[in-house]
Amino acid sequence: MTESVGLQLSAVSAGYGDGYAVQNASVSLPRGSVTAVIGPNGSGKSTLLKAILRLTPEVDGDVSLDGRPLDEQRARVAYVPQRESVDWTFPVSAQQVVLMGRDRLIGWLRRPGPRDHAAVDQALVRVAMRDHADRQIGALSGGQQQRVFLARALVQEASVFLLDEPMTGVDRVTEELIGELFTELKAAGATVLYATHDLEAAADNADFLCFVNRRIVAFGPPAETFTAPVLHETFGGELLILADDGHRHVHGGGHHEHEADG
Amino acid sequence: MSWLTDPLGYQFAVRAIIEVAIVGATCGAIGAYVIVRRLAFIGDAISHSVFPGIVIAYIIGASILGGALVAGLLTALAIAIVSRGGRIREDAAIGIFFAAAFAVGVVIISTRQTYQGDLTGFLIGNLQGVSAADIVLSAVVAVVTIVVLAALHKELLLVSFDRTLAAALGYPIGLLDGLLLIVLTTTIVIGIQAVGIILILALLVTPAATARLLVDRFVPMMLLGAVIGVLSGVAGYYISFHLGWASGGTIVLLATALFLIAFVASPSHGLLAHRQRTHPQHRAARAAVDAREPGDG
Repeated sequence: MTESVGLQLSAVSAGYGDGYAVQNASVSLPRGSVTAVIGPNGSGKSTLLKAILRLTPEVDGDVSLDGRPLDEQRARVAYVPQRESVDWTFPVSAQQVVLMGRDRLIGWLRRPGPRDHAAVDQALVRVAMRDHADRQIGALSGGQQQRVFLARALVQEASVFLLDEPMTGVDRVTEELIGELFTELKAAGATVLYATHDLEAAADNADFLCFVNRRIVAFGPPAETFTAPVLHETFGGELLILADDGHRHVHGGGHHEHEADG
Repeated sequence: MSWLTDPLGYQFAVRAIIEVAIVGATCGAIGAYVIVRRLAFIGDAISHSVFPGIVIAYIIGASILGGALVAGLLTALAIAIVSRGGRIREDAAIGIFFAAAFAVGVVIISTRQTYQGDLTGFLIGNLQGVSAADIVLSAVVAVVTIVVLAALHKELLLVSFDRTLAAALGYPIGLLDGLLLIVLTTTIVIGIQAVGIILILALLVTPAATARLLVDRFVPMMLLGAVIGVLSGVAGYYISFHLGWASGGTIVLLATALFLIAFVASPSHGLLAHRQRTHPQHRAARAAVDAREPGDG
């Protein structure tokens, strides 16, 4: 790739100490684009997202952002974890969770100032959660919880947004809101990369699809990659298309909705 | 009234009350982290593993805090080395080494002539024997602990709530965890003086757990935990003074009684409130509220 602007992965392999869950992934994501990572359960979608930030115990290869190593500019990346990995009993309010996204901008030992509170307020309004700002996070619905974490990503003022299954287990309102947000972020020049199970919605919303099964099977615009051979290579014989709530969800084998950390 | 003022006529009692107030406040505050980070087992392990350090320092007249920290670090190191291979898991390694460290302390102290008295003092605390120097040490530890928790509140809260984000943002997670464990260790050391190795866990866990039942925010939980810690400590000491009960045990029982009251009667999380919440009428009202909220999944 001659383009050095955006997020670039070069030969990235990552795992958890028992072999690589993702191997030799090279891909270039331009600024102002939305990419959906698609693959069966355990195919390494989460691992790929985490590897970008070197959050897995084992990582090889290089990740750069706008031509410089990502490690030198980690604050430019916002990461939204899978909802299952969060301790929802933790005694914090929605507003406090969002404020955590500002921690790096605030700096060590310092307290949040008016600008930080304003940013948090604005982000809560944007995800339609301002009315619930003071509620303990466990008291929120799944969609609301997801929106709180989206707001937290927004206040980071990041250039890259990594989201691990943001659409899983959320209501329609939240799903639409996430779609709108992606469009806005794209317009603002951000690079968005999210893991999803919903192939149909991804084909509608994303500029690029990244099919993953322990390696990158295919990457490109939906028109070029949403093809029978790619689907077959990604999902094997376990492809399952369910027609519920108007979407065709594509699942790998097994009944687990969510990919484990591995 | 004399019930309140009687103990104040004795210097040892005044010292005990000051000491137990300092310890109760510090344990109650840091207990919030013990609860949300699920460090109860680690806290128990630390209190046992620092024992030989305290004993040796006590015998040779060195700094008790220093001895405790060295013993705690050596035990942590042994646990890390043994559990690294993966064959022996961390919880098993902790089980092995905290008991071993504790045994070292027991054996060393058994070589002393006043064996029985010394050992009992460490096991169940010795509030009556608190010296002015002990109070100074406790106060210093308390102030340092509170300064650390306040100064690094933002960072410690982040690493406690969401390690992934903390790592993503490039925070030194190991360092922050280590710092938390060090202030936890120093707090435990001063607590051992007050209520002993066996009961210190209760001061770390119970007041903070009581606070968690009453509030839904982290800082209020710390402050309330501290207040409940002081209340349990001071009132418990008064009861033990008047009834001639063991002070450490009385303090822990009082803390437990407060917990049970909150467990049953807490307006938000108590059993009674829960019963009300699940009452059919109430459930219908809640359903109506939920239905009005857009975006409920």
